[in-house]
Amino acid sequence: MGDRHDHVVPARVYVAVFAALMVLTAITVWASGQDFGPMNTAVALAIAITKATLVVLFFMHVKYGTPLIKASVIAAVVWLGFLVVITMSDYRSRGWLSPNPKKAPYQLEDR
Amino acid sequence: MSSATEHAHPALAHHFENLEVQKESATLGMWAFLVQEVLFFGAFFTVYTVHRNLYYKVFEASSHHLDWKLGAFNTAVLICSSLTMALAVHAAAEGKRGAIVAWLLATVVLGSAFLGVKVVEYHQKWVDQLIPGLRWGSIEHVGHELHLSGSDVDHAQLYFSLYFGMTGLHALHMIIGIPIILWLARRAWRGDFGPVYSTPVELTGLYWHFVDIVWIFLFPLLYLVGHH
Repeated sequence: MGDRHDHVVPARVYVAVFAALMVLTAITVWASGQDFGPMNTAVALAIAITKATLVVLFFMHVKYGTPLIKASVIAAVVWLGFLVVITMSDYRSRGWLSPNPKKAPYQLEDR
Repeated sequence: MSSATEHAHPALAHHFENLEVQKESATLGMWAFLVQEVLFFGAFFTVYTVHRNLYYKVFEASSHHLDWKLGAFNTAVLICSSLTMALAVHAAAEGKRGAIVAWLLATVVLGSAFLGVKVVEYHQKWVDQLIPGLRWGSIEHVGHELHLSGSDVDHAQLYFSLYFGMTGLHALHMIIGIPIILWLARRAWRGDFGPVYSTPVELTGLYWHFVDIVWIFLFPLLYLVGHH
């Protein structure tokens, strides 16, 4: 317990995380210039999630935080997941039971 | 149990046994706030996801109208400001009064630079008549600007509404954060913070890093849609 609360993260850890964030920003700009087809969005999101994880763990000290803090962070991610996934499962499934599927109110455009 | 010096600390509220317990409570409270902030911004991201799937080509064309170089520059500025904020928290934990003030002021300068670039970008949207509800050009004008035609031009209002809604809410968070950091710098200069007590610096740091994370997602989702 004591170690966790008295933890002072060395400044070089912050500088290393900063460098990783800058490199990942450069990679996301580079990746947007590549044609991965429908995977461009997935690549951009994967890089953004990696960057956010670095910020949360090190800049926001969650790596050294109490179990309650870690549970709070996980709760935020899970509830955000509910929000997006359940909303999209509604939109994406509209018209599946329609007698005329071509008139489905929500359809994905071709990429 | 708490020591006599901790009881004497002016920052210790009477209902907490010691500063460590007080800090743990305050940190959890800040995280509870940040969790609801995730869902607050999450509503915007959900609306974005729904309409980006509906009008992908419109979103792509509209996104190409943004200047990704300004977006990338601002991303770098904000990451720098997160580093300076983290170093301010670090300086507080080490009790270096001058360094806390210097890193906090550096954070304010970088945050202000970010907002300055945002003003330039918003002004360009005003000139290009791409502000839904306030200054939205004719169907011919917007169609020409975005290389779109027909009903796609109207749907572009969705993209720009989300652009202003999301970047505006993000900028509002920074406009709130900057005076708080200035207030911290004044308190740090007075000598309020050190290894024993620096909770306000740490919690403001959490807030500032959260704002950085929001931008980390806004940059690719608004500026880098589709193949560039």
